[in-house]
Amino acid sequence: MKKLMKGNEAIAEAAVRGGCRAFFGYPITPQNEIPEYLSKRLPEVGGCFIQAESEVSAINMVYGAAGSGARAMTSSSSPGISLKQEGISYICGAELPCVIVNMVRGGPGLGGIQPAQSDYFQTVKGGGHGDYHMLVYGPGSVQEALDIMYDAFDKADEYRMPVMILGDGMIGQIMEAVELPEMKDPATFPKKEWATDGTGIGANRRIVNSLYIEPDVLEAVNHRLFDRYATLAEKETRYEAYKVEDAEIVIVAYGTVARICKSAINMLREKGYKVGMIRPITLFPFPTKAIEAVASQECVKEFISVELSMGQMIEDVKLAVNGKKTVSFYGRTGGNVMSPEDVAEFIIAKENK
Amino acid sequence: MEEKIIIAGFGGQGVLSIGQFIAYAAIEDGKAVTWLPSYGPEMRGGTSNCSVVVNDDEVASPIVSCPDCLIAMNKPSLYKFVDKVKAGGTIIVNSSLITDKVERTDVNVLYIDATDLALKAGNARTANIVILGAYCKMRNMFNQELVAKVIEKKFANKPKVIPANLKALELGFNA
Repeated sequence: MKKLMKGNEAIAEAAVRGGCRAFFGYPITPQNEIPEYLSKRLPEVGGCFIQAESEVSAINMVYGAAGSGARAMTSSSSPGISLKQEGISYICGAELPCVIVNMVRGGPGLGGIQPAQSDYFQTVKGGGHGDYHMLVYGPGSVQEALDIMYDAFDKADEYRMPVMILGDGMIGQIMEAVELPEMKDPATFPKKEWATDGTGIGANRRIVNSLYIEPDVLEAVNHRLFDRYATLAEKETRYEAYKVEDAEIVIVAYGTVARICKSAINMLREKGYKVGMIRPITLFPFPTKAIEAVASQECVKEFISVELSMGQMIEDVKLAVNGKKTVSFYGRTGGNVMSPEDVAEFIIAKENK
Repeated sequence: MEEKIIIAGFGGQGVLSIGQFIAYAAIEDGKAVTWLPSYGPEMRGGTSNCSVVVNDDEVASPIVSCPDCLIAMNKPSLYKFVDKVKAGGTIIVNSSLITDKVERTDVNVLYIDATDLALKAGNARTANIVILGAYCKMRNMFNQELVAKVIEKKFANKPKVIPANLKALELGFNA
């Protein structure tokens, strides 16, 4: 029997079932159900839940726990994630696996508490300093968020980097029926030969660090990271194509916005407009090749990036389309959310100009 | 088939739980459903609403701009959403708190004194279940047995309140 769960709670339960045994966070709307749920759930499985004194402490606790080999995570929303950027950069520099959830709210500054996607740049281009990326997912349903979270620690361990789940506020608040997977057995998780877990002694001592004073050494570290990002692009890129085969207009949208666009596409198709969509599921790596291929289709006239921002992902869409077709933008911001009718009206007005 | 519903009222009237009961019933009935609350700096006595979308296969947009059905639990909610209801749609008005009549003539309206019926069921706090019953019947969404089963499951750890809620459901179905 499927269970009705709120996005935030489903993510929290999936984290536990995916092996998370340490959570460090600080409250902020609209993601509070994640720490609330885990504060009760983690002790039940012998895990550790700490409400830190600040976001900065929380991310550094994740750094420490991840360094010792634990499956550790944190969650927050936009202003809180900004505070965590230094820690995220250090974790990427130290090549540690962890999971970070950002339920995005409107900004800049304290902004508002309603849904947004305006942290796209921060998330995929590197919100902290230095040359780094994370594996970033933008789930479009509660089940998809749950499935991504369930495997997120495996991906983080495999690539030794943080996995970021980027949800617009809605994906955390919405309730949908979900199927919960079995609890993963921590005994089956791969051994971490680099972790400072007390087993490396003397000449074999292990060091977790992100300081490389020698330029040649640091350059090699950067190359190693970017080789890994190339592997990510090859093996982990995920997207959904919807009715693009005969499309003249192709929407690119992710998260809840993609669902709104799906309804809009169905409305527009009934009126004879040939509209399709590419929905990136991974935002880094971005489905550049898929968009490139659709841009090469003769029937396609134009692309529209639809976002809850002033236009951020559109830059990656433009890079992928690479001048083959025009790329325009439709968005709402400040916490306002477009309806399917808004998207349909925008496209109809554009086509009849 | 897709049914889009907006349920609105004061915080504390059970607005969000009416939506959740509809969602549980939809799952029990093998349908896809989304439940999306308005979230904000809300509290008991403040306004509160949720959007529910039920679909035979898959729900695309969880955002509802033109509902098939509006359940208005208080006056401000009625006026906020009345013009958004689809022509030919349904408005369920909690007449315990709303004395005004709906001026639109292109929608079906049910006025229901939910508090009075809830008192008849033996518990004033079951007013939202009365409304739930009236909704299921009027929109021909779920049968009474199925919803009764959902209520029994949901209140499994508070068995004392089950009889009044089942009675409230029945009164709603017959309203």
